[in-house]
Amino acid sequence: MRFTLRRAPDQRVDLSPLTPQRLNGLALSAIECIALATTRAPLSVADLFRVRMRDPARVAIEGGSPRFDNVGEGMSDGEVLLDGEAGLYAGRLMTGGRLEIRGNAGPWAASGLRGGFLEIAGNAAERLGGPLAGERAGMAGGTVIVRGGAGERPGDRLRRGLIVIEGDAGAHAGSRMIAGTVIVCGEAGRLPGYLMRRGTLVLAALPDPLPPTFVALGGGDLVFARLLARALEPHSPRAARLLTGRMQRFAGDMAVLGKGEIMLPRAASA
Amino acid sequence: MRPLIRNGVRIDDTFAEAFDMRATALLITAVNRRWARQAALTMTGFATSIIGCGCEAGIDANVPTDATPDGRPGMRVLLFAGSTSELQKHVQGRVGQCVLTCPGTACYAGLGGAETLKLGDALRYFGDGWQISKRLDGRHYWRIPVMDGEFVCEGTTGLTKQAVGGGNLILMGRSAAATLRAAEAAVAAIEAAPDAIAPFPGGIARSGSKVGSKYKALRASTNHAYCPTLHGAVDSALDPEIASVLEIVIDGLTPEAVAASMRAGLAAAAALGPEQGAARIGAGNYGGKLGRHHFRLRDLLP
Repeated sequence: MRFTLRRAPDQRVDLSPLTPQRLNGLALSAIECIALATTRAPLSVADLFRVRMRDPARVAIEGGSPRFDNVGEGMSDGEVLLDGEAGLYAGRLMTGGRLEIRGNAGPWAASGLRGGFLEIAGNAAERLGGPLAGERAGMAGGTVIVRGGAGERPGDRLRRGLIVIEGDAGAHAGSRMIAGTVIVCGEAGRLPGYLMRRGTLVLAALPDPLPPTFVALGGGDLVFARLLARALEPHSPRAARLLTGRMQRFAGDMAVLGKGEIMLPRAASA
Repeated sequence: MRPLIRNGVRIDDTFAEAFDMRATALLITAVNRRWARQAALTMTGFATSIIGCGCEAGIDANVPTDATPDGRPGMRVLLFAGSTSELQKHVQGRVGQCVLTCPGTACYAGLGGAETLKLGDALRYFGDGWQISKRLDGRHYWRIPVMDGEFVCEGTTGLTKQAVGGGNLILMGRSAAATLRAAEAAVAAIEAAPDAIAPFPGGIARSGSKVGSKYKALRASTNHAYCPTLHGAVDSALDPEIASVLEIVIDGLTPEAVAASMRAGLAAAAALGPEQGAARIGAGNYGGKLGRHHFRLRDLLP
């Protein structure tokens, strides 16, 4: 299924109806009539996109916008490809399938992700995978790969799953993590692992300053690092390379439970 | 029993009678092959027969580094028992005492499937609260801090109810040396076959047993019909020329794996001929009423 953007939207648009399972079984005319939630004037799919019927399990949206919210929201299988930018909440509450964003994604991408695979070719804004106000936990499963950088608090309240940021991350990466794994291949901003309870935060270099509530642990040749490297290899060789040698570890955040870890290559701290 | 001849070796027209068992497979890795093997040997020790050991276990295969989850050398071991609860007990006890304790090891599921046994899920408590749970690619691992670093152990391992225990070959030779040679050749062939083990010492049992005994307390006793030293004194199954008998017992994850192993073992033993190896090859059964699986030697001929 192919949606080609006619012109850039002049208001925010909710693209959550454009997932394989929500389009499944619909005829072209029915798809063109789907009303898209907006902020001002009503809008149907046909107003915004030229639609071509192809494999219903694969949805391609040609042309993005930072005003496109909820892309791939709640998708459970199949594939959504957004060739362009995404707005808020891309991939929110996904349980399966694959969402690929060929541009940048706005705040709360992968928010509450439960499963599946989300790849962002550009940058992700703040609170990647994080919970919305009032939610107790953020992402609870699945894999997120960001080829660029991420804004503040990526992996906030992460409960399960894997987030890889190949570029730099903003302040408080892995803040309030409950469990799961966050990897930052570039530079991490201030106080990574801020108030993390459990989970693994992999960094490329020793944070400066080291968060004061983390304590140095023994590291060495960790079998877990090898397992993680193998799991990462198909998705992000760059992240896998971080984990191939001897590792150094810090436990924290001791201001809370203190059962989390910051892990980094030993050479990086020398 | 009509004799079948292969390479001058007489092969009895009989069958091996085998039983349904529960089984699992584990993959043990370590810093090098020596230590992976050590852990595998230790955890499969004293596991020759469920009669006296509660479970039967053995090494199935070397696993190359590119086929293990952590990229280190690995050994795959198989464990068999009569019931799921018995198998669970022995998996937990053996991994806990023999793999967890062995320097540098990690332990993973060696078998998939919907039904599972607890592995790390049972052993994690050794971490006394410092154990860490990690999920990667849909698999669940426990990291348990130990004195040489961390013991990484998968949460569960698969359980199969299709397993078969008690496939066997009985090798009969004109001298002890020739019979042992035939048995060694057969075991080497069986070791190369996947998904099956020969749980006895070096794969070979010299004390084949029959069900029951003149002593009420014993469930099994010496198979007098196959003891060359009793030939003449009892209703013997042997010919006068047979000086030594050895048995190879085979457990497999599937009936097909047992059949393939028996076929490989039979071919390897028969290839030695009656002078260098066994002059006669048979199989053990209980009349066919006890075990559901019958492996006819006629169907497994080289």
